[in-house]
Amino acid sequence: MKQRDKVRIGCGAGFSGDRLEPAVILAEKGDLDYLVLECLAERTIALAQKRKATDPAQGYDPLLERRITLLLPLLKKNKIRLITNMGAANPVAAAGKIIEIAKRQGISIKVAAVTGDDVLKSISGDEIAMETGKPISESGQVISANAYLGADAILPALETGADIIITGRVADPSLFVAPLVHEFGWSLDDVDIIAKATVTGHLMECAGQITGGYFADPVKKPIENMSTLGHPFADVWPDGSATISKVNETGGNITLATVKEQLLYEVTNPHQYLTPDVSADFTTVFLKQDGKNRIKVTGGSGNKKPSTLKVSIGYKAGFTGEGEITYAGAGARERAHLAGEIIQQRLKSQFPDLRTDYIGHTSVHPSSLANDCQPYEVRLRVAGKGATADQAAIIGEEVEALYTNGPAGGGGVRKYVNEVIGIVSVLIDRNKIKPSVIVKSYGH
Amino acid sequence: MGIKLYEIAHSRAGDKGNTLILSLIPYEEKDYELLRNLITVDKVKEHFKEIIHGEIVRYELPNISALQFVCLQALAGGVTTSLVMDTHGKTLSYALLEMNLELPEIT
Repeated sequence: MKQRDKVRIGCGAGFSGDRLEPAVILAEKGDLDYLVLECLAERTIALAQKRKATDPAQGYDPLLERRITLLLPLLKKNKIRLITNMGAANPVAAAGKIIEIAKRQGISIKVAAVTGDDVLKSISGDEIAMETGKPISESGQVISANAYLGADAILPALETGADIIITGRVADPSLFVAPLVHEFGWSLDDVDIIAKATVTGHLMECAGQITGGYFADPVKKPIENMSTLGHPFADVWPDGSATISKVNETGGNITLATVKEQLLYEVTNPHQYLTPDVSADFTTVFLKQDGKNRIKVTGGSGNKKPSTLKVSIGYKAGFTGEGEITYAGAGARERAHLAGEIIQQRLKSQFPDLRTDYIGHTSVHPSSLANDCQPYEVRLRVAGKGATADQAAIIGEEVEALYTNGPAGGGGVRKYVNEVIGIVSVLIDRNKIKPSVIVKSYGH
Repeated sequence: MGIKLYEIAHSRAGDKGNTLILSLIPYEEKDYELLRNLITVDKVKEHFKEIIHGEIVRYELPNISALQFVCLQALAGGVTTSLVMDTHGKTLSYALLEMNLELPEIT
């Protein structure tokens, strides 16, 4: 097995809608070995499955074409391998799209698509949802089921020598664990080293969150040059320790504080951070500032990986209807409250769970946390659920009708109807899941 | 001396289904022990009584001087089906930092 003294992995996207240019800068100036783009959330894949159901050539990330068109020449020039979950519901179609882009650009390329996460065919509906304790069929009509694959599913794709590895649902840190295992020849059974790699993956996966983006607070936590926020790269050594840093001239800051926030982000038990690869103990991690915008990460330990894999189930959960209207000036709060009461009285029999929120006053936190202030303007928001789009639309219509039926001075009505895709999770025996790799190439 | 938690610590909110996860990290590592003593599960429960309806578990991470609060039944059903404006509960980190603290007098 080949051994390197260091592997450098950048993370150029932390979610599907992330900015395009930080990845371009990383590919151009980051001196990377690997670039990871993490573009798949729980709900994103269910929505992608819906697109695939209406068009079998779709179902991959909507920004894939733009991202790959920008990155492909740089990946080729700087010999960087790309690993991304932009395949979403359709990694094979995504690989085909990448080949199409490569042909257009005259760049020879080999793409490996990782499949096997889509387990919809083996779902009966009788499985018990972890969230509700009830059979998933009771939640609603199931439209997607995707298992979280691990590094073991990505490794065979890396071994094909492909320039680009495109996956559907895999655990986010596994996108980073796999290239490290591949380069350093680690054993997937070495729980401590896999845990260390998982720590690095978890720190990197949200891209701009660790470079100070979703950390910044101009009063207490100022961050430099946020409009040109850079995304991170990690230098990882054969002992599993890592240094998190970024391209010099990019905006943002990497400090002990930004790294601590990211280490704990979305972790429900720091002693047991569960992925398909390992159960990692984050309480054994040490962090040290190692120069400006450089944090050294050491420690981290692990226990055996779980015998089950988590499966995200998407189901049809009806429609939400929303309406909004604004009141301003003297008594804005009182008029907004009156409007909210009118809507409640008119709709409560049809929509027992109708919400009325007062934006600018008490819309995201309840009154117990809000000061009893008189804001200059208040926007009433009303939201409820309907079984059909037509039913949900009634909510916006009722808010709009406040225009002439009062109270005074209401303006700026907006109304929305959206289909809701619910998500529940089940566990599945990992031996029942058989990942595979499909290779496509151009000019090889 | 009465101050807001915001003055001495920062926090980020995360979500997993209907579970809210709040980190609490002092700016000065020396304040870790103070937060460990003052910001108990009961105190957080009382502060969030209108929001968090389930159990709260506190984890201590002395290596990085941080606390983690994992709060069940806290996100109105969770990101995909909730009717609230902030379905992820991302703004709740700053709700935690609104907590008032009575600090021991420093001599």
